[in-house]
Amino acid sequence: MSKHTLSVLVENKPGVLARITALFSRRGFNIDSLAVGTTEHPEISRITIVVNVIDELPLEQVTKQLNKLVNVLKIVELEPAGAVQRELVLVKVRADNESRSKIVEIVQLFRAKTVDVSPEAVTIEATGGADKLEAMLKMLEPFGIKELVQSGTIAIGRGARSITDRSLRALDRSA
Amino acid sequence: MTEQATGAPHPQQRARSGGQQPTTPERMTGAQSLIRSLEAVGADTVFGIPGGAILPAYDPLMDSVKVRHILVRHEQGAGHAATGYAQATGRVGVCMATSGPGATNLVTPIADAHMDSVPLVAITGQVASKAIGTDAFQEADICGITMPITKHNFLVTKAEDIPRTIAEAFHIASTGRPGPVLVDIAKDALQNQTTFSWPPQMDLPGYRPVTKPHAKQIREAARLINEAKRPVLYVGGGVMKARATAELRILAELTGAPVVTTLMALGSFPDSHPQHVGMPGMHGDVTAVTALQKSDLLIALGARFDDRVTGRLDTFAPFAKIVHADIDPAEIGKNRAADVPIVGDAREVLADLIVAVQADHEAGHKGDYADWWKDLNRWRDTYPLGYDTPDDGSLSPQQVIERIGQLAPEGTLFAAGVGQHQMWAAQFIKYEKPNTWFNSGGAGTMGYAVPAAMGAKAGVPGATVWAVDGDGCFQMTNQELVTCALNNIPIKVAIINNGALGMVRQWQNLFYGERFSNTVLHAGETNSDSGSTVGVGSTVNRGTRVPDFVKLSEAMGCVGLRCESPDELDAVIAKANSINDRPVVVDFIVHEDAMVWPMVAAGTSNDEILAARDVRPDFSDGQED
Repeated sequence: MSKHTLSVLVENKPGVLARITALFSRRGFNIDSLAVGTTEHPEISRITIVVNVIDELPLEQVTKQLNKLVNVLKIVELEPAGAVQRELVLVKVRADNESRSKIVEIVQLFRAKTVDVSPEAVTIEATGGADKLEAMLKMLEPFGIKELVQSGTIAIGRGARSITDRSLRALDRSA
Repeated sequence: MTEQATGAPHPQQRARSGGQQPTTPERMTGAQSLIRSLEAVGADTVFGIPGGAILPAYDPLMDSVKVRHILVRHEQGAGHAATGYAQATGRVGVCMATSGPGATNLVTPIADAHMDSVPLVAITGQVASKAIGTDAFQEADICGITMPITKHNFLVTKAEDIPRTIAEAFHIASTGRPGPVLVDIAKDALQNQTTFSWPPQMDLPGYRPVTKPHAKQIREAARLINEAKRPVLYVGGGVMKARATAELRILAELTGAPVVTTLMALGSFPDSHPQHVGMPGMHGDVTAVTALQKSDLLIALGARFDDRVTGRLDTFAPFAKIVHADIDPAEIGKNRAADVPIVGDAREVLADLIVAVQADHEAGHKGDYADWWKDLNRWRDTYPLGYDTPDDGSLSPQQVIERIGQLAPEGTLFAAGVGQHQMWAAQFIKYEKPNTWFNSGGAGTMGYAVPAAMGAKAGVPGATVWAVDGDGCFQMTNQELVTCALNNIPIKVAIINNGALGMVRQWQNLFYGERFSNTVLHAGETNSDSGSTVGVGSTVNRGTRVPDFVKLSEAMGCVGLRCESPDELDAVIAKANSINDRPVVVDFIVHEDAMVWPMVAAGTSNDEILAARDVRPDFSDGQED
C-alpha cells in the first residue's frame, strides 16, 4: 500500500465534486481524505485527495479518467518530499482542575492551541502532518476524548512554482 | 512533482460557430433560443417525444423550417435513432425528451452511445428550477443518473445560458473522442425571456483534446513497422470516426501489412481487399484472431483492446510489441501496456505515419512480410468462414443474411441488433465502405436495430437501409416501425426468427448442458422438456407463432412478408428491395440450432479458438519466438 496525494484544480461549478468522487468509487478506490476549497482565483477550486493504493497502474488510469472530466483543469501528484502537507484537528478533551494543566502542557509541546475552556473540558486546535496529530491524540487519549473532528489533508508544493499559473492562462484564453 | 496537464499543446479548432458572423441580439424566450441554437449548430433532425417539462421547447419547434422533429413511440427509440443518424452521417445525433420517465428512458441509448463513442446530444426537460430537489411530479436527477455514461452533462437553470450550453454540448460531443452529452433544461429557463445572439462565447477551459501526435513517437512506430516480421494493423472504430479510412488504405498498401477490422470498424478497410484478414474477437475469423496471437507487432489504431477482442488478456498477442494510437489518453495502457503510446486523432496519426514509413523506405528500411503472408494465406485457405445448411430443408440464418448482403443495392446501410444475427451480419455481409454498418458493440443493446436503422434512413434518405434483427431484439423496439410508416422512413427489416434468444441459447447449448432456461420465445411450453418448470405456460398457443410478425408489421403500416424455405429466399429479398414507399418487414423462419462459429469462449485465451464445435484449428507450426 502506498499513499498518494493528488491536487486537482477544477472549475468552481456545482456538481464538480460529485463527478470526481463518483469516478473514484466507480473505479474501486477508497478516498482516504478529501479537502475542497477556493484558490487565489475565484473561478478555480482546489481539491486535495489522498488515496491508498496497492498498485500504481489503476491510479494512473483514474488520473487519466479524471483528466477527461470537462470541469477538471489540472491534476498534480504531490510527492511527500516535495510538498508541505497539513491537517487540522479540533478535539474536545475531558479536563478538571487537576488535569487541565497537564493537558495544556501537552498542547504547548505540540504547538497546538487551546480554543475553548469550560469547567469539564478544553477544546484544542492543532495543525500538522498526520504523524504529529496522531502522536498528540495518543497523548491526550488517557484524559478522555469527548469529541474529535478532523479536516482532510491539504498540500502545497515546495519552492516558487505555482501549479495554478498555467491553468489560469488557459482560463484567460477561454474567457 | 509529477505533473499531468489536462491540456494539449495543440488546442483543437473551435466549434464551427466560431467562424460565423455574429447575429444581432434579439429578445425571445429560452425555448425559442434553444431552437435557434439547434438551427445554428446545424441540427436538421431531432428525434423525441414531448411532455410537461419540455413543452415550452416544442412550441417554437413547430415553426422551425430547418429542424425536422420526428415523433417516436418510445424515448429509447429516439436515442438509438439519433445514434443511427450520427453513425450514418458523421454528424451529431439529437434526441429530446421530457423530465422524469422521459429522460430515464433515454438512459439505455445514452449508455450505448457512450460505449461506442457516438456523438449525441440529448436534450431533456427538467422541472422548474425552484422545484428541483423537491420530488416534484416527473422529476428525476437525470444529470446525476447519466454522470457515468455521458462525456459531459449540463443542468441549465437560466434562460441566458441556453445558447452557450448548446454550442458547448455540440462541441464536446463531436470533438476529441466523440460521445453523448446531455443538456437538462429547467422549465422556467425555457419560459423566461432572454436575449439571443450567435455565436455564443464558449467557456471550456478544461476541455482541450490532443489531436496532433508526437513526432518522436511516430518515428519510433515507423521504425518498429519496418523492423517487424509479423505486423498487424489492428483497426478500431476510431479510424472511422476520424474519417481516416483513405489514409488507412494508403498506410496498409505502403507497408503491405495485414489488416484486421474490429466489429466497430467494419467497412473502414474494404473486406474484399487482399490485405484484409478479417474481424478479430470472440466470433472473429480464425485468421484474424490467429494473426493477433502470432504477431510480433500490433499497430492499434482507434481500438481499445476490448475483452471481446483480446480474450483472456494475459495470453493475448503474447509475442507482440504494441503501438497504440488513440485520441483518448486513458485508453492507452488501460488493458495492455503500450511500447509506443501515441495520443492523437487517427487521421493525423495515419498521415504522419505514412510520411515516416515512406522516409524509412527511402532510407532502405522496408519490412519483409513474405513469410508472414505465407502463414496468413495458409490459415485463410484452411479456415475460411462458413456454415452448414440444415438437412431438413429449413432456412439457414447465415444464408439469409449472406443473401441479403449480396442482393442489396449499391450503397446499402446495415444495422444489426445484438446476438447471433449480429455476429452473422458482421461475418457474412461484405462491407466495402465506411459508415455502412451500425451496431451496438460495447453495450450490446438488444433492440438497437430498428430505431438505429430509422435514424440512419432519416439521415441518408437516398440509401437503402436494412435492419438485420433477431426475433428477441425486434420485440423490444419494433414500435418504431409505426414512426417509420408515418414519417416516410421506409426501412427494411429482416427478422432472423429462430423463436429463441439465440445467442443465450447457444451458450446454454455449449456451457449449460443444453438446459434452455427461459430462452424459448414463441412457445411457453418448451421449458418443461429440460426439466425446468420455469416458464410453463398455457397450451392455447402451442404450435402457433406468437406474435405473428407479418400481421404485427401490417398493423404498424408496413409490408409484412414471410420466408420459410431456401427456394423462396432470393425472391422474397428481391421483393423487399423493390418496395420503397413503405417499411418492409420480412419474417425469416430459420433453423433454431444454428450457432455462431468461430468462437473463443468467454474468459479463455484466443489460442483456444474453435473453428466449429469441437474443431480446434491445427497450426502445426510449433511455437514461435
